[in-house]
Amino acid sequence: MQTWTKLFIIAVAATVLIIAGSYAYFQSLIGTRLLVSTTTSLYETGLLNATKQAFEVKYPINMAFIAVGTGQAILQAQGGSVDTLLVHSPSQEAQFLAGGDGICRKIIAYNFFTIVGPPSDPAHINGSSVTTALQKIVDYGRNHTTGRIWVSRGDGSGTHTKEKSLWAKANFNYTQISAEPWYANAGQGMSQTLNMANEFEAYTLADTGTYWKLSKDGTVSLIDYITEAKDLLNVYSVMAVNQTKHPSVNFTNAITFIRYLISDEGQELIENYGKDTYGQSLFHSTVQLLKQNSTLQIVRWIKEYAFIKEDNESYECPPQYRDSRYPDLYA
Amino acid sequence: MSISSGLIAIFLFFSIDPRIIEITLRSLFVSGSAALIAALWGVPIATIIAMKNFHGKFFIKTIFNSLIGIPTVALGFLLFLAFSRESGPLGFLRLLYTPTAVIIGEAILITPIIVSWAISAIEAVDPEIANLAKTLGASESQASFAVLKEALEGIFLAGIASFNRAIGELGIAQFVGGFIYGQTELLTTGIWIELQLNNIGASIALMMILLTTVFTINLALNTIKRMRGRE
Repeated sequence: MQTWTKLFIIAVAATVLIIAGSYAYFQSLIGTRLLVSTTTSLYETGLLNATKQAFEVKYPINMAFIAVGTGQAILQAQGGSVDTLLVHSPSQEAQFLAGGDGICRKIIAYNFFTIVGPPSDPAHINGSSVTTALQKIVDYGRNHTTGRIWVSRGDGSGTHTKEKSLWAKANFNYTQISAEPWYANAGQGMSQTLNMANEFEAYTLADTGTYWKLSKDGTVSLIDYITEAKDLLNVYSVMAVNQTKHPSVNFTNAITFIRYLISDEGQELIENYGKDTYGQSLFHSTVQLLKQNSTLQIVRWIKEYAFIKEDNESYECPPQYRDSRYPDLYA
Repeated sequence: MSISSGLIAIFLFFSIDPRIIEITLRSLFVSGSAALIAALWGVPIATIIAMKNFHGKFFIKTIFNSLIGIPTVALGFLLFLAFSRESGPLGFLRLLYTPTAVIIGEAILITPIIVSWAISAIEAVDPEIANLAKTLGASESQASFAVLKEALEGIFLAGIASFNRAIGELGIAQFVGGFIYGQTELLTTGIWIELQLNNIGASIALMMILLTTVFTINLALNTIKRMRGRE
């Protein structure tokens, strides 16, 4: 059996060689990789790929985005599988920071959610308040036995969390209505959910960024009926995964990325993204707005909605979740 | 679709978008490496199973046969758990969300195909060849090589079939490769990524390339089989 033994050794050696070779090859391509777990709405608008291009010109860091819902992004971060989080669900973010997995939160952008629906507006929600619109949609769904009238992300994302809070505000029991026949759970990202709503001629809650992109691209014919209400505010934040708890993360690069996002250049990129193509900004920058502490309505809204309350104070990032090595982040 | 129009389509897409070339080449490289690795460890295993008579031989063959149908979602998910950076037993390798992880996963996926097909190919060789070699003074292993040589064509087909399986699967590529734009984007996951970014043209191009690759390979496979049948 001498020959077989040799053959096995060769086979094992060749296998190891191929795997090691491809590993070395891909590592050399990937380099220092910063893994960012991100909400689908930021990714699907193309903003993040634009950010990646601009960022990589300045820094020798390779950015890689994993686009999932906020809920899953947080799970990945809690498992130490990613280095940075870009999400839009303040209540979930506060829990995440409190759990010790995240650090250095910065609010980087805002826009609004919008309730979109078919051009025929079967439930007549146009011009209603958010609460009334939801009530009308439920009434319509309950009185018409055929078809789905509401499509939900249903994926634990920030948009899904927002939707649940809106149902609660309108005095509906989410568990109950989500089981009713007119309610569809997509379990998908924002683009696919919008496509589904378009197919079903149903209403859905979307972030304006993704909705405008798909609408202007002619992919969906849905109309945005309700937008720019306080209840529909949508605030995006970045956080680093805490290196003290997850030693394997790429922390220094995560801070570099956060610094870039809140720099004038990063904020301009966010503010101007999509302006040429879609005629309006898909996202608005927040850093200067919050720094100036102006009395604008939008600043008040952001503070009320997206700041984290701690000892009767509210902070963008409570002091105990900051890193004393990087005071410039909150200067 | 004829091969030539398929090739023209590939050529067109190649010339239009360097990203598409990159994704295609990455996909070919990943599936090719996986098929090579699976063959390297699969063929010796198959030879031993086919040439030796031992207790439980039928049982082992049945296991390999059933593993051919393993759902890629299940295998992908298991590997994802194994490769997870902090909680997985192989997390220290830091392979999650790299093409290397996909290579390993696909090699595992297609090993049963190679083993089962190769066993059939070896068993189809006239057993007299081994006996003849032995009477001519060959050792046990030399006799095995003589048989293996006869079965080479069948083994080659097994390799091609498993390459085909690897390049078209989504579950493993998704779980351990992730949908990372420009890094772990393969033909299968790329179709999904580009659709999410509303780049439907790129999605269609990738789908055409994937279909062309798979059809071309199947066509070649069947041609070889038919030629062999005529002999």
